[in-house]
Amino acid sequence: MDLLEKLTILSDAAKYDAACTSSGAKRSYQVGKIGNTSSSIAGCCHSFSADGRCITLLKVLMTNSCVYDCKYCVNRRSNETKRAAFTPKELAELTIEFYRRNYIEGLFLSSGVLRNPDYTTEQMIRALRILRHDYAFNGYIHAKAIPGTSPELVTELGLLADRLSVNVELPSEAGLQSLAPDKTKAAILRPMGQIRDSVVQSKAELVKYRHAPSFAPAGQSTQLIVGATADSDRHILHLTESLYQRFRLKRVFYSAYVPVVENTLLPSPDTKPPLLREHRLYQADWLLRFYGFRAEELLTEEQPDFNPLIDPKCSWAIGHLEQFPVEITTADYETLLRVPGIGPVGAKRIVSARRVSHLRFEDLQKLGVVLKRAQFFITCGGRIRSGLRFSASTLVHQLETIQRGELPPDGTMAQLSLFDTAG
Amino acid sequence: MAWDEVIYQYDGSFEGFLCCIYESYINKEFPIAFSGDEECFSLYAVRCVITDADHARRVMRGLENRSASGANVLRRAFLTCMEDKEAHLYAFARKLFSQGGAFLKNQSDEVYHPLAKAIRHMNGEVEKLRGFVRFSDYGGVLGAEIEPKNRVLPLLRSHFCNRCANEAFFIYDRTHKDLLLYSGGRSRILRVDRLDLNLPGEEEVHYRALWKRFYETIAIKERINPRLQDTHMPKRYRNTMTEFLPADHECRKSAIPAKAAAAFPGSAAPGGIPAPGTLR
Ligand code: SF4
Repeated sequence: MDLLEKLTILSDAAKYDAACTSSGAKRSYQVGKIGNTSSSIAGCCHSFSADGRCITLLKVLMTNSCVYDCKYCVNRRSNETKRAAFTPKELAELTIEFYRRNYIEGLFLSSGVLRNPDYTTEQMIRALRILRHDYAFNGYIHAKAIPGTSPELVTELGLLADRLSVNVELPSEAGLQSLAPDKTKAAILRPMGQIRDSVVQSKAELVKYRHAPSFAPAGQSTQLIVGATADSDRHILHLTESLYQRFRLKRVFYSAYVPVVENTLLPSPDTKPPLLREHRLYQADWLLRFYGFRAEELLTEEQPDFNPLIDPKCSWAIGHLEQFPVEITTADYETLLRVPGIGPVGAKRIVSARRVSHLRFEDLQKLGVVLKRAQFFITCGGRIRSGLRFSASTLVHQLETIQRGELPPDGTMAQLSLFDTAG
Repeated sequence: MAWDEVIYQYDGSFEGFLCCIYESYINKEFPIAFSGDEECFSLYAVRCVITDADHARRVMRGLENRSASGANVLRRAFLTCMEDKEAHLYAFARKLFSQGGAFLKNQSDEVYHPLAKAIRHMNGEVEKLRGFVRFSDYGGVLGAEIEPKNRVLPLLRSHFCNRCANEAFFIYDRTHKDLLLYSGGRSRILRVDRLDLNLPGEEEVHYRALWKRFYETIAIKERINPRLQDTHMPKRYRNTMTEFLPADHECRKSAIPAKAAAAFPGSAAPGGIPAPGTLR
């Protein structure tokens, strides 16, 4: 099989993995080595595929053969599909040549389970060794730690990669039992714990000895599949929060389930992937990480799912009208940050600008505030925006109308960027 | 028509612009418009400003004394493509001289905001191009072309010199006709009116084909979303991106065999890079 065909099969099989950012590892150029990861800090996008997703890394599987039979997965043993595998050298060469041409920021390597988890991980390690040692590749590498791999091999993988991830995939134990009978929650969480501890230990050693080998300096991430099981947004968001806290994950990614198989336990193949729901979860995730929100503030037992028509921050604000309006000229940074339409950048600019000037409503837009959302929740110099009319009962409707314009006509797809911090 | 309504004509360089500021102070006049380089037919009086390194330095020092970050804003904003650039920059410099840099804290300030906005636009373009620049291997030398709106090469320079430290490479800005050259730890930017690219070798075409295939395969068809794609990657960037070009695009561009060497003064490019056309 030629390389073009292998690449086609092995990237096609990897495309459902959402984790394609390269943020968090700063390693600048080193003499005699190829590349750096300094632009990876911001998660440099090298292209955008037709689905509008960022392409940062060469995202492929080592092989799409698999001894397991997870029901939601295209690579499962019982699926009849063409199988392929890269040789370690092929993959290393391809990565280098793509990297030189500035197509990519590095490699995202995952794999189906060939024979057993250890054997598979050994194959991956061989490819990464060639890349790091023979080709002196100094760019970004994200590798999957396969549940069930022995700790020594995970350690070795972590010393070669910038980031490791273990995919939780299904948000609940019940989901795992029915859809991924070969996996258990414990088997997934074990390597996560190991990775967390190794990262901490490696950072401590780096402080002591400058040349101590660094273990996954960009930390670990995971992915949750949304919509394959009946789990509520609230359940998913609480899980996310505890993953950030317990395992110090850098990112949790969400992947709207795309029906790839017919199975009575799964949504039928003509179900559309729940993209809008995925989008709301990303927005909520953003609120947890950068806005100081807690999961329990955003969703309750009575209201366990997000209103798809309004972003989570607006929904929260509508439920907490007693905290509004916020006075722009005096409110502190944290309070400004809770206003819909004001993000971290806008809040900082407001705090800075009001020291030297009297802010007016017209100025706020120039400072990066999304006024059409923020207007309902703020006063500026003690007054609300002139001409604005609303009441507590019309507010929801008004906000829905405004946000409808941000969604495509058919209302199924989220058009906003994951990185849209304006809200 | 009054003689105090005067247009300043200068050479289009940043130093030249600083000299305009110098002249306006010496002559106590407010230029009502600026013209870089080209012939200038106008009913207004025109002052021809000669670039003088010493005058430029004095103005820069004066600005830096007022506010180092303000001087930096001016330097960056000069690279942008904003409309009436010089007029905005001139107003900004005057405000900096008369009031110092306190107004920089307020991004909505009426003099500062147009510059801040233009710089943000440029920074966005720089950030995108860090990812969107596509090199081809022309016999060991990497080469890329871009068509930016802003004059971004000086801002991309350190990123690519760091990333491709072990390579010899060039990036040509078709819009502004600037060429960034790098080799062996040294880089420089020159003006080059025309750059013809060498034909790609077999291996180059092979890797392009692999990349194009990867690009097509990685999209999830149930999620196709051109609007989102366009937001992140406006069409204007795609002219120079491998995934949107035929694998042998140089061959289609001109029937005449391309001669990159002609673009370089002498047979080898300065900085020790063999001109791309002379290899292979
Ligand atoms: S182990 Fe991974 S590759 Fe194999 S079937 Fe399960 S999800 Fe798919």
